[in-house]
Amino acid sequence: MSLLGLKTFRHGVHPPEAKDATKDLPIRQFPFAPLLTLPLSQHLGKPAKAVVREGQEVRRGQVVAEPDGFFSVAMHAPASGVIERIGLAPSIGGQMVPALYLAPFPGSTQEVADGKPCDLQTATPDQILAAIQAAGVVGLGGAAFPTHVKLKIPEGKSADTLLINGAECEPYLTTDHRVMLEQTDDIFVGVRYLLKATGAGRCILGVEENKPDAVERLRARLPQDLPASVESLRVKYPQGAEKMLITALLGREVPSGGLPLDAHALCVNVATCAEIGRLLPHGRGIQERVITITGPAVEKKGNYRIPIGTPLRFLLDYVGVAADVNRVFLGGPMMGAAAPSLDIPITKGTSGVTAFRDLEAERTHAQVFPCIRCGYCLDACPIFLNPAELGLLARNREYQRMASERRLMDCFECGSCSYVCPAHIPLVQQFRAAKAAVRKAGAPR
Amino acid sequence: MLIWTAIGAVGALALTLVSLLALADRKLQVVEDPRIDIVEDMLPHANCGACGFPGCRPFAEALVQGRALPGKCTVSADAARLRIATYLGVDVGAEEKRVARLACAGGTNVARNRAHYHGLQTCAAAARVAGGGKACFWGCLGLADCSEACGFDAISMDEHSLPVVDPAKCTACGDCVVACPKDLFELHPVSHQLWVNCRSLAAGDQQLDDCQVACTACGRCAMDAPDGLVAMQGGLPVVDYSRPQSRLPIQRCPTGAIVWIDDVLGLAKGPAAKPVIRHGALQDAPS
Repeated sequence: MSLLGLKTFRHGVHPPEAKDATKDLPIRQFPFAPLLTLPLSQHLGKPAKAVVREGQEVRRGQVVAEPDGFFSVAMHAPASGVIERIGLAPSIGGQMVPALYLAPFPGSTQEVADGKPCDLQTATPDQILAAIQAAGVVGLGGAAFPTHVKLKIPEGKSADTLLINGAECEPYLTTDHRVMLEQTDDIFVGVRYLLKATGAGRCILGVEENKPDAVERLRARLPQDLPASVESLRVKYPQGAEKMLITALLGREVPSGGLPLDAHALCVNVATCAEIGRLLPHGRGIQERVITITGPAVEKKGNYRIPIGTPLRFLLDYVGVAADVNRVFLGGPMMGAAAPSLDIPITKGTSGVTAFRDLEAERTHAQVFPCIRCGYCLDACPIFLNPAELGLLARNREYQRMASERRLMDCFECGSCSYVCPAHIPLVQQFRAAKAAVRKAGAPR
Repeated sequence: MLIWTAIGAVGALALTLVSLLALADRKLQVVEDPRIDIVEDMLPHANCGACGFPGCRPFAEALVQGRALPGKCTVSADAARLRIATYLGVDVGAEEKRVARLACAGGTNVARNRAHYHGLQTCAAAARVAGGGKACFWGCLGLADCSEACGFDAISMDEHSLPVVDPAKCTACGDCVVACPKDLFELHPVSHQLWVNCRSLAAGDQQLDDCQVACTACGRCAMDAPDGLVAMQGGLPVVDYSRPQSRLPIQRCPTGAIVWIDDVLGLAKGPAAKPVIRHGALQDAPS
């Protein structure tokens, strides 16, 4: 759908972008923490199986955990060092999860151990998928869904278009923006791998128009022989959500409860695509990722290439935070999650760290008033749910009715309804609790 | 004349329909055991499901058909169960009373918070926000979802925001088991007296910074237990309830995480357990 010449979707909100502080800062390398925490489950699906033991010395890039079945990915050592112990570590979800603790050798060369390269010309689609799984690639936009699972097209379905998601609609975050500027060629190599693996005929890169330099650079570097185009999108949240991107770029709608493949499309985050293009030719695995560290409480804001497993405490010490730092998010303020502990490590799914001071955090404690049925949330919801009615049902704990009559399970928790609600009703939180209750009731006891 | 025709026609129609209905009543009658209604009236009408049937009516049917014994209804008083048994001429059925047991002792006086949770004040919602802010990731959040879910008023919150189950009122219906997002409730026969009062899988004494009554996985209980009664599994002792119970495992527990529950005397810790005398809430843990 197109409005004023630029493609977009209907509904949505316009939170302050707050990207100016970091969007022009080049990606810098982050130092190694004295102890890295590597959770065995940094992806959705089955946790990886550790193939190292306590006290073992590992090289940077070496496989330390292997995928356990198809719905799982490998994990690589982010630094040369010694596995100090294998134990439990806190995670952003609140659970304690099994993890490897790796102590990097100080002063080591940190040369990367390359694996078996995946040659673009000779590899079959299945070999590319296997290489993606072996490289430990997951959706770097935040969901951490194993990329090879997403690219595996089931019998009877097909994808005609590959969408590369460079919308980055989350306020504050500029990682995808910097990756598009600094790893432009990697992105196009990644696109070649992805097109070959999925059999899609063409590729569209969608970028929000608040990143004109990225659009310009992508268009300038676009290889002639690649069936790809770069589209500028209107700035609107949640433009980067898979379903919204498909609506905006292709004018197709993903059916309720369906996947992008039901609209013959596949979406891959631009940073994921760039990593595939950077790693596969060398047979490397993901040992580090680009994140934005920003927010009013951070002193040295910036975009960093950070080793996986860096604990938040070390990260915040390094960049420096204000004395009255109150809240630290993994991800941005709209879809990010507040960290309950500073021992939580950066994982493959962490796209940024935002820290806020007392002043900003206070605003989220506003008094909650009853719903006055103003309908703002209806105009905000990008998938046309009725958040007001869902909220009233949630208050009465009518969770099953929410799911069966009001399509609760389609909500992807973008937070647009909570953002616009003048009564400060924590709608998304109610929905998350309701979804958890519905899933628990549905699961066999 | 016209009026007589009308009355006659309607009367004839009524007569035909009445006879049809009377015929249907005879031919299509479902014979139901009249005892089902009587037995159902003797049941408590709580429809709690503790007996394993969907409600009191299906349970009454099962009773009359001899598929279950009255003892299965844990809500009824002994006298009421006996009355049903006498009426049906069956055995009462020695069903052991079961109760819900909570596997956490981390009230606000012994367990710390690491982060402050604002927002919906229910455990289910809090647990979705990074686990709810309690320093121990397994611990009770204290927002009383279980007490609200309990239809028998058997769960109350104590002064340290920890739920307390009243064994006399508990019918083991399992509503609290479903309500708790941390899965801290389990249904057990009252004879299961040795109880591990903690779910923390973390090992080592640093766990005590988060909660002073946590299991540190020291393994003393497993060493002291007779004949495989207690085994350490992934950072927690696991009691094998098929073996004879013993008080030996609680004797040397340094934190009182493994306890002996007696329905009359209450909960007993071993003599080596540190006493907890603090009444107020603990300060927050450094983040």
